Amino acid sequence: MISIEPRRKVSRAARLLTPVIAALAALALAAIPLAFAGAPLGQAYTLMFTGVFGSVFSFTEMLTRATPLIFTGLAAAIAFRAKLWNIGAEGQLYLGAMAAVAVGTGAIGGPGWFLMGLVILAGAAAGALGMLGPAVLRTRFGADEVVTSLLLNFIILIFVQMMLEGPLKDPMGLGWPQSEPILDEAMLPRLMDRMRLHAGLLIALMAALVLHVLLARSSWGFRIRAVGENAAAARHAGIGVNRTLLGVALVSGALAGLAGVSEVAGLKGYLTADLSPGFGYAGIVVAMLAGLSPLGVVLAALFVASVFVGTDSMSRAMGVSSFLADLVVALSLISVLVGGFFTRYRLVWRGKGARA
Amino acid sequence: MMEFLDIFLNESFWTASLRIATPLIFGVLGALLCERAGVLNLGIEGIFVVGAMAGWMAVWMGASLWGGVLVAALAGAAFGLLHALLTVPLGLSQHVSGLGITLLATSAASFIYRTALPDVKSPPRITPFQPLDIPVLSDIPFLGPVLFQQTPLTWLALLMVALVWWVLARTPLGVAIRAVGDNPDAVAAQGLSVYALRIGAVMAGSALMALGGAFLTMSAFDAFFFGMVNGRGWISIALVIFASWQPGKALLGALLFGMFEALQVRLQTQAGALVPSQIFLMAPYVLSILALVFVARRADYPRALLKPWFKGQR
Repeated sequence: MISIEPRRKVSRAARLLTPVIAALAALALAAIPLAFAGAPLGQAYTLMFTGVFGSVFSFTEMLTRATPLIFTGLAAAIAFRAKLWNIGAEGQLYLGAMAAVAVGTGAIGGPGWFLMGLVILAGAAAGALGMLGPAVLRTRFGADEVVTSLLLNFIILIFVQMMLEGPLKDPMGLGWPQSEPILDEAMLPRLMDRMRLHAGLLIALMAALVLHVLLARSSWGFRIRAVGENAAAARHAGIGVNRTLLGVALVSGALAGLAGVSEVAGLKGYLTADLSPGFGYAGIVVAMLAGLSPLGVVLAALFVASVFVGTDSMSRAMGVSSFLADLVVALSLISVLVGGFFTRYRLVWRGKGARA
Repeated sequence: MMEFLDIFLNESFWTASLRIATPLIFGVLGALLCERAGVLNLGIEGIFVVGAMAGWMAVWMGASLWGGVLVAALAGAAFGLLHALLTVPLGLSQHVSGLGITLLATSAASFIYRTALPDVKSPPRITPFQPLDIPVLSDIPFLGPVLFQQTPLTWLALLMVALVWWVLARTPLGVAIRAVGDNPDAVAAQGLSVYALRIGAVMAGSALMALGGAFLTMSAFDAFFFGMVNGRGWISIALVIFASWQPGKALLGALLFGMFEALQVRLQTQAGALVPSQIFLMAPYVLSILALVFVARRADYPRALLKPWFKGQR
């Protein structure tokens, strides 16, 4: 019979290779839906590849798509490290975008650097408050934050629609429910001529680096890891578990809020109710692929963004549904879960008569 | 004020309440069955989508309505099996695996629908389940229309409440399922298979969830839309806690929820000019959160919920 045994030692190589193998496995599994859709496989995979690496433009498009994913991936990674299940990044992203639009469209005047800073801070603060709610409901009332943060996503999206038909609506928008555009001088600068890539990417990379250092080196990072690994032991050791959780909630929400800032003040310029095609949920996959490591989040976000951009381009050329991208991203999450299991455990076959 | 009271006196309000409650009854029962066996199933939202799509598509391709119901249940059970394999023998995080199942099931259903129907302007329709309209019984004043003009799937949902209650409370299988969610070591000591019980419960629960989805495309509407599940799965997860894992209370919770929804639709038509319609649309999610906060401290979670159990390890 087969039994499961924990491995004595998990090698570093195995841990680093697991997400790579999982990502490749997910891409390979995409052959099944591709075949189902009747697409020639070789051509489809080639188009997916050239859709990302075929030109400078397509490559910068991939980086542009990766930017919000780094933010939402970091939001999930830091929260999951403390076993705080923030599944509300999608809503927090919209809160951040709404705050950016509220302060960045002319209500407040000032020099460009001031407005830009204000937009970023307002977005981060709004996102942080968005996760503070579920965190307080957990620490004060014991209400499961998985469910509350998930349900808040729906509430916030409806709230966005309400605002876009009311106070935030652009009177010049020809009746479309969209906000006024953010002032040009408050927009995050573009990084390259004629490309959509913007400074949001630099902020995202900086956030990943700061988070990496904080988690690895600071006492705050130590407290987060302690609470995540064993809350009871952490409490016994004198760590304020609830305080740590609330701090993590604020940081996680702020990062998700920055994803919204970066999309609205870096890319789109104005807010609509379809700003995010599920960046908040994809961030969870990014975080898991990254093994909850902030630097890994950057690499995982590049992979997930490549899947989205490559599949989009292949879909347009071959008429395969672009839901394929979501399918591959979901498959990579399942693959990395299974892969993670086999780095920590092994299956042992015991024949009859063998001693346990 | 009289108008407000009139709403409750009108039988159409109660008919609508039961109709709106139906997918939630399936959803809460399904989640309850999984959690009673110790497995949180956050795949529920995606399994709703799969049930809605698979049931509808089977009928659209020529199956009978009940054939479609069966296809939906089997598709739900299949995704339940995947979740169970990941979380029971492999013992992976139930939170993350469940969210993965939701992403996978939603994208798979959407991909299959889009691939089968690439360019349709308006979603194709099927002939959905019709109200039963039982002679004599349907003519009873008030009760007749409320109970006997529902579609068969609403009756199936009520039947499932009774069945799940009976199995959990009155059969040895139910005792084993509850025990496996509270104290798997004791179950293993009895010589029963913890894995088999948990996997079976998750598959059955997931089949029920898929029926909640199937109700949407085969009774409430006659077509499949992206985003039509709209958080009903997550609301079910909140309602399970509200119902303290009891089938009877689950029915009550779903009915209260259906009543509230039916009420807000009617208030919207009366007070629509005064309040933005979105306030009403937010209401069910706000209500779910409030219900959760209200009962959270007293919630008596199955003791082994979320805890993996490995054979031969204590």
